[in-house]
Amino acid sequence: MSKKSMPIEKGHIMMFARAIGDENPIYSDEKYASEKTGGIIAPPTFTQSSAQFDPDYFLRPKIGKPWFGSGKKPTGIEKSKNKTESSTSTNILHAEQHFEYHLPLKPGDTLTPQVSEGEKWEKESKRAGLLKFSESITKYFNQDDELVITARSVGVVTEKVVEN
Amino acid sequence: MIDVNEIKIGDIFSEEIVNNLTRTQIVQYAGVSGDYNPIHTDEIFATEVAGYPSVFAHGMLTMGMTGKMITNLVGDGNLKNFGVRFTNQVWPGDTLTTKAEVKSIETISDKTQITFEVITENQNNIPVITGSAKASI
Repeated sequence: MSKKSMPIEKGHIMMFARAIGDENPIYSDEKYASEKTGGIIAPPTFTQSSAQFDPDYFLRPKIGKPWFGSGKKPTGIEKSKNKTESSTSTNILHAEQHFEYHLPLKPGDTLTPQVSEGEKWEKESKRAGLLKFSESITKYFNQDDELVITARSVGVVTEKVVEN
Repeated sequence: MIDVNEIKIGDIFSEEIVNNLTRTQIVQYAGVSGDYNPIHTDEIFATEVAGYPSVFAHGMLTMGMTGKMITNLVGDGNLKNFGVRFTNQVWPGDTLTTKAEVKSIETISDKTQITFEVITENQNNIPVITGSAKASI
């Protein structure tokens, strides 16, 4: 389906490792990494940041367009005009995430994701009402058309807001 | 990192992966991952529009921090599979601990394949992530 390539960059890997609180020098120190794994590698969940390279990614503000987060008001989107958008953005939760690692991911690689839809199912929950699950499978291929990572994601749309 | 010659089924390893999670760390994750959903970083939106008690962490931030514990355990570049379910939300101020229990050990040619059951719990012993990981060492 989608064909948005993701350049794997050293600076991005370093910032990603910082954000997850991982001080392992394998993600930032070229000299250390070259002795251990032949060079810097990406952390296991790094491909999640491929959203940065999707020009249409819906959870990133677009220049000149209203954004549903707060500005002068708690939301930049009028509820009456855009009920569906506001409910789909707040009631979608990430239910599951699975990765299979086929090859190491390194700076200099360029990944091209191939996304396909998986199964869809529904479940009734006391806490959140009717839950609608949907699965998406992303295969990330490198510049040599080798499969590097397979990611399977399950999203859920809840009827009610969920708190624990 | 574990020693494959010493490891046995039922061994449990654990590591605190974050202490007193800050809103700033959630902002860092939003910035690097590209998931700018205001539900994670915009307290006014999260409480007044979405109806949550506060912002909460991206599930993938918790999975990323859980992955840090796993790679510390199995070594760099050795992970073959890693999968989780997000069972409860993670809020600012939470302290999380990941536990990994050895479920199987298999020797394939010169490599040892180990599968772990993985669980990350908050300070109230409520699981926020349950899943599994497989490494080849």
